[in-house]
This record gives sequence, structure tokens and C-alpha cells, in this order.
Amino acid sequence: MIDSRIIKRLQAVVGKQYVLNKESDLITFEYDGSVDRSQPTVVVLPKSTNEISELMKIASTAEIAIVARGAGTGLSGGAIAEQGGILLSLTRMNQILEIDPENQIAVVEPGVVNLELTQAVSKFDLYYAPDPSSQQACTIGGNIAENSGGPHCLAYGVTTNHVLGIEVVDADGEISWYGGRTREHPGYDLRGIMIGSEGTLSIVTKAILRLSRRPESVKTLLAIYQDLDQASAAVSAVISSGIVPAAMEMMDDLAIKAAEPAVNAGYPENAGAVLLVEVEGLAELVEEDVADIEKVMSKYNPLEIRTAKTELDRTKLWAGRKGALSALGRLAPNYYLIDGTIPPSKLVEVMSKIKEISAEYNVPIANVLHAGDGNLHPAILFDERNDKETKIAFEIGGIILKLCVDAGGALSGEHGIGIEKRELMPYMFNNDDLDSMSKLKTVFDKKSLLNPGKIFPDKAESATTTFSQSSSVSNTGTGAYI
Amino acid sequence: MNDINTNSKNKVKVDSILKGFPFSNPPLEEDLYKCVHCGFCLQACPTYVQTGLETESPRGRIALMKGVIEGRLTMNNDVIDHWDMCIQCRACEDVCPSGVPYGNLIEKTMSQVSKSRKTSILTKVVNWLLLRRILTDQIILSGLVGTMRIYQKTGMHKLVSVLKVLHLIPGNLGSLHDSMPRISDKFFSADGQTYHPFGEPKKTVGLLSGCIMPLINGPEMRSAIRVLTRNGVKVVVPKEQGCCGAIHSHVGDLVKARDMARRNIDAFLSKDIDAVLSSSAGCSTRMKEYGELLKDDEVYIDKAKQLEYKVKDINEFLYELPIDPPKGRLESNVTYQDPCHLAHTQKIRSQPRELLKLIPGLNLIEMRNSDRCCGAGGTYVITQHKMSLNLMDDKMKTIEETGAQIVTTGNPGCWMQMNQGTQKTNMSVEVKYVTDLLDASYQAERIQNEPETEGTSFNESAWEEERLELRSQWEKRPGDRRKRRDR
Repeated sequence: MIDSRIIKRLQAVVGKQYVLNKESDLITFEYDGSVDRSQPTVVVLPKSTNEISELMKIASTAEIAIVARGAGTGLSGGAIAEQGGILLSLTRMNQILEIDPENQIAVVEPGVVNLELTQAVSKFDLYYAPDPSSQQACTIGGNIAENSGGPHCLAYGVTTNHVLGIEVVDADGEISWYGGRTREHPGYDLRGIMIGSEGTLSIVTKAILRLSRRPESVKTLLAIYQDLDQASAAVSAVISSGIVPAAMEMMDDLAIKAAEPAVNAGYPENAGAVLLVEVEGLAELVEEDVADIEKVMSKYNPLEIRTAKTELDRTKLWAGRKGALSALGRLAPNYYLIDGTIPPSKLVEVMSKIKEISAEYNVPIANVLHAGDGNLHPAILFDERNDKETKIAFEIGGIILKLCVDAGGALSGEHGIGIEKRELMPYMFNNDDLDSMSKLKTVFDKKSLLNPGKIFPDKAESATTTFSQSSSVSNTGTGAYI
Repeated sequence: MNDINTNSKNKVKVDSILKGFPFSNPPLEEDLYKCVHCGFCLQACPTYVQTGLETESPRGRIALMKGVIEGRLTMNNDVIDHWDMCIQCRACEDVCPSGVPYGNLIEKTMSQVSKSRKTSILTKVVNWLLLRRILTDQIILSGLVGTMRIYQKTGMHKLVSVLKVLHLIPGNLGSLHDSMPRISDKFFSADGQTYHPFGEPKKTVGLLSGCIMPLINGPEMRSAIRVLTRNGVKVVVPKEQGCCGAIHSHVGDLVKARDMARRNIDAFLSKDIDAVLSSSAGCSTRMKEYGELLKDDEVYIDKAKQLEYKVKDINEFLYELPIDPPKGRLESNVTYQDPCHLAHTQKIRSQPRELLKLIPGLNLIEMRNSDRCCGAGGTYVITQHKMSLNLMDDKMKTIEETGAQIVTTGNPGCWMQMNQGTQKTNMSVEVKYVTDLLDASYQAERIQNEPETEGTSFNESAWEEERLELRSQWEKRPGDRRKRRDR
């Protein structure tokens, strides 16, 4: 519980109507896009950096936990106030402060919606490259916290490659800038440390973002396969051939079944898997790449390879892909979505193991993946009102993530560790690794008030791994350079 | 039919009092749990965009419904406030990948709310009068609105505004005075008349006259009829029809909404017609969903489905017909505002635009967020006056950005709201229906072809008006003639 005097102080900073603590308010702030739930004690909606600084000072003095939240579309429990405390909703800080088309830079507040930024700069023929599937709703602040990816990150990199500088407020309320307007910044890359830190180090209050020029030509292919193995093999072959598509996505039969009624994109509902491949760049090069990709993919017996004829076709194909996970609500009330990564060469092996697990437990698993960079998205379907189903779903999630790590991959590609995957951290990192990370946190947040409990496992259960850093180096031997 | 029984408290099931919604026919749990709270709906929701509050978002409102069903919340005023704030534009439904039937969920929720709401006797009486007596009876309604017309015409309306005595009136009724819509000089009425095209009709349609529309949009409805007859369509206006029931459903009075639905089903199905048209997006949406509304009514369910199949928005119908491209030039910059109940519920977006593009000289300029609600939404203007005005202001801004002289739409709610917006902001933008411009272009075409009628602008459609009157009177039986003078 929070003292009513503290509520009054919070109200004094942001205004009475922006401090919410009625039961009916809190119940709508207890979830994000995933399965975890917990109610904050109070929700506060600041409008400026200075207000956040004031709020942090209040929280710090009173030792109250503070959790930042953007649009609440996250998929690892990052924006959930697990231990109660203050939930800092940043939706009111939604201004695009500056667009500098000449230098291809935008300065934004954290509550700006990803897609709205792209829309706002489109008149300059620019766009913001990271395109998480939830881009129509998710905010830049949340993207930075989770170092979000998206289909086109295969060619252009994830959020950290597009953030030049950030203004942050630390746990003591101190305001700092890391990075700046230039591509390179001398000294330690504190900007890099903040990005992907899941709100555990500081609150991002402004960001200087890199914008990209729209490519001259875009071609989108849809390859339809009878079964998942062939599609997986085709992906591995395209990537190893050295071609870098802008995006290379895969959807399995269950995902198609959910997405097709939602958007009528023209995915054949009887297919085992489809690949959505996009190539961008200079017109001649695109033509060449498309021909090469088609040649490679044809070796794996596709039922059909289609090219999107019109912009509408293309938009529909993408709408199907981007809405695929949310469309799973058509099949089951809940899904437990994990985002483990693997080397693209291991796709066939790991995907068929996932299918085996699904059959063994008799639990449907829909797969939508950023196949090109080996970022899996198995979604385990269940009903949260059924305790047994819920338990099994989490169990399967753990098994698949371990499978990814064993294959030389990682626990998360873009959604973050949050609440959901923290207990698996010791499977990937040893005690020393985790200790170093905790020490870094104390530099910015001595009292552990910022998003407490996230990322790190409970101490007691940690350290089951014997090798340093990641099992991905075990093949090369200990001490290998990552 | 279930609802009628549950009006008395002793019929409420005991277990549902302890947990969940108190009355029968609550929002279905299986529909609620289609929501996987992904948040894709957030930016589509006008009230979320305005406030940035999860509580004012579709996902938040569904969480509150789940909260009630799970027994974690009771239906108290704090909860109800957030449902009340929903304008029911259903933009969220349009973007929801999981296919959550939000419109149906909120409608059923509001039905629970309306039954349990503790309102003052005065509000109850006003509601009863307005929804059960006035809106359902076109004669009373036109009589009342006729009085309002006199009030406006005699300058009383202006006088009251200028004198600023309105703050004496409690609540927001005072500010509503200024947002009173302009009332048509000439009402339209459903008298069982028929409008004939020249030559053999290609199609015969029934026209829903509606409740408010014929009183504020009399001339506009005549424009629509002229466009239809010009394109070889015979138009029948059954006398037995009434309000479509949309406003009743909106406030949760599903019992009366069902009554209205049955009345219209009987009125239109008894006529030999190819389609049932409405110029009001809200009405055509309601009618296209009569099946869902009457799904527990064994007698009417099949008929409801039969009617649904015939219902078309007028733009949809004209586009599919297809119409003769009008040749009269209208040199103007025009923008189009998507009515929520066309774009989101009926997925009709391209048809009105394609119709506008047929008009020579017309330059269609798209506005930003053309499908974001303008804030009209049935009784929302009254119940959530402030939010409604905020949404209207945003809409007027986006219209202004386009530099258009005319903004077109396809729903009387939007038409009234934007008219009020132009008055408030002193913008010199005209608000028109798509059919108004088609009609104007056809009229201009006639003038271009007949240079001897020099001096007549395309707005003066006296000739056509007269022809329509003659035709309809010719068609009508003598006994009906006296009533027509009421207009």
C-alpha cells in the first residue's frame, strides 16, 4: 500500500486526474500483450521529463518500486508492476519534437507510436526502420526498453541500430543524455547499455532516432510449401547462399489458419507453411535477387511461388503476417509466445523438434517466425482459465527455449526476458555473468526500485550452467571470443 | 424476448448475482476471451487517442467486462463510466486480428447497465419519452421538430444564444442548445409513396426514411431519390416503417430495438423490392445486424436474415448498380469523412470515393484519419458532451488541413456534428452527402444540355422536385393525399 500522503505528492506533480488508483482503473493496467498479470498500486501519467524526475525523487525517498509502461503490447511481462508500486504510463508523452529530414533524424518522446513516426516522416520519403508486428500500437519507449526487432530487422538491424541518443532519468531523478545526434559517439556506449535494459536501469524520456530512406524498389514473394521441413530448408538455403532479403518470414499451418480469416491475404489454408520474402533496393538489383531467391527456393518443392502484383496485395500479405499472432485469439483464449533464437542453419532440426513436442504433449503450437535471422516465435495455445493447461504451456515454453540455447541460440531475440524467461537465465549464463549484470544495475539504481525482479532469476535457483556466457561457444571451447 | 422477463428482479439467477452480470443475455464469455489483449486496437480508439488511458480503450473496457464476469469487479459507477465513454464507433473491431465482436459485447454490456443504472426519476421519464414514445412515432417526432423549426426560424434560437441565459439551465443542456441541428425547411416523410424513373425500372428498392434524418435532411433525401430515379431505380417508401432501432441499441434498450426491427422487417419484406436502402450508415449497419439482434426470436429470425441480405447503404448500392457517370462539372476541392458505421462495420470505404471521382472537375483530397470518429455517435453528443466536442475539434482540424471547400459523408450524425463544427470554428466548409454532389452534377449536366434555362444554378432543383411530387402523388391513393400536407 502507498501512503495517502505520497498519493498527494504524486498528484501535486502531475495533476489529480493523472494519478489513478481506483480498483476499476488498476485492473486495466495489470496486463500487457502476454500472459503475466499484476496490479500496480497506483498509475501515474506524467507529461514531461521534469515531472518524471520529480516522481523518481518521491519514489526513491519512499522506496517505492517504479515500472515504466508504453502501450502495454510487450510480450515478456516487462511493463507489469509485479511487486506493485508506481506504474509510470508514458502515453501522454507522445510528441514528435523534431524532424530533421536533411540529416535523417527525428527527436521524439517515448510515448510516440512506432507507426505514427513512420507516417509523420513519410512526406520526406523517410521511415523508421524497426517494424515490430505491433507497430500500429507499440511505442518508441517500449521499443527501446526491449530493443525490439521486427520482420525487416533481418537487413536493417534491431532498435539499437536506429537510436542515436537518449535522454534518461535514473532512479534518483537525475536527468542525463547518452549518445547524441551523430552516428558515432566517443567514450563508453551508455546508450547501448540502456537499450534493451527493460526499464531496469533508467526511464527513457526522449530519443534521437535515425530515419531511413525508402528503397527505390520493393518486391514481395509468397512461397507456399506442403510441409514445414521444406520451408525451413529453403530458408536456411537462401540465407547461406549469401543473399540478404529485407525480410524473410515463415508461418506454419496453424498460424495461416488464424491469420487468413482475419485479413483475407490469400494464404492457402491447406498449406503446411508459407514464406514471405521481401527484397528491397535498387530496381535492377532487386530483380536479380528475386530471381536468385526463387531459384534457391524452387529446389525445395514449393507448391507455388507468387509475387505481390500491387501495393494492396503486398499490404495484405504483411497485414496477415503482422496480425497472425493476435489472430490466434480465433483459435484459443491465450497463447504463450516465446521468441528464442537459433542459427538459421538449425531451422529444420529445431522446427521439427517443436512439432514433436506439440504432438507429444498434445498441445497446439502455432509458429510465426522471423525465419531469416533464426528468431522463432512458437505460440503455445492454451486457456488461462484451466490451471493444468496453463502449467503445461509454461513447461513446454521452457523446453523449447532450452532447445534454442542448446542449438547455439539465445533465450530471447526481441521480446526481452522480463518475468517470463528470467528463471531460464541460468541456463544461458553462469553466476559470474549474472553478477556482473546485477552490478551494472546498481550503478544506476542503487535501491533496486526500477522494474524490480525483472530479467534476473531468484538467487536461490540460479547457476545450473557450467560454461561461461552462452552455450553457443561450447563448440569452440571455453574462453572463446564472442 | 428474454429481456422482457428479466425486468423483474425475481427472475435473476442466484449464481449470477454473486458473480458476473446480473441480468440475462450478458456479453458472452467465449467472445470476451477471444481478446488476447495484444493492444492492436488502441490507436484505432478515438477515446484512447484523446486520453492515453487504458481505461478508455477497447482492451481496457473488455478487461472491465472480464473483471465483472470473473467476479473481481462489481458493476459500479466507476466501471460504468468507462463503458459510457465508449462511442461505439467500432473502429477497434475493424483492426482486431482475433475477430473480437466488440460491437456486440458493448451493446450487451450497455443493456446490463441500462437495466441496473440508478437514475433519477426525471431522467427515466425523459428517456422513456424520448426513446419509447417520440423516436418510435414519426408523427409526434415531426410535430416536435416542427416546433423547433419555428423556434429557429423566428429568431428565438439566435436570441437565446445571444442573451447567454443558457447557464441557468443545469447540466450541459445549455451548451446543447447551440449544437441544435439546422432543421430542414421541408421534411421528408414515409407515406407509402413511390418514385418512378423514366422508362422501365432496372431495379426496385425500398427506402428507409428513418427518424431524425427526414427532419434535418429532407432536401438531402430528395437528392438521393433523384440520383436513384435518374439511374433507372424505382424507389418505394413503405408507410409502415419506423426508426431502425440503432439509438435504442446504443443506449442498451434492446427490447425496444427488437420491436423496431420487427416493424421494419414486416414493412419491407411485404414489398416486392430488390434491396432496402438507407442514406444513413448507422441505420444500414443496424439493419444489416437484425439477425444477431433477433437471434432468440423464433418467429422473426429467418425473416431478419432475409432482410439483412437485402439491406444496402446507398453508396454501396449506387456503386454496384453501376450509375451513369454524371457529366455536369463541379469544380471543387472535396474531402471525404468515413462514417464509422460505413468504414468499420460495413467495410464500405472505396465505394463513396469512387462515386465522387466520377464527377467531372471534382478534386478528391484525402484527409488524415478520415475514419476516426467525429464524435457524433447517437446520444453521445448529449451524454459525453466534452469528449464529443474534443473529437469534433480534431476532425475539423484535419478537414481544414486539406483545404477542401466541401466535406462529404454518409451519415446524419456526422453531418450534424460537422455542421456544428463549421459553425463553431467559422470555417467556410460545406457539409454534403455524396449523393448531394452526384445530384448536383446531374442537375448541372441538364443545365449544360439545356442552355435556355440560363440563370438556374444546379442547386435549384425545382424542376426535378416538381416532377418527383407529381409522380408520387400520381402513385398514391386519394386517401393519403391529405396527410401529405402535414409536411
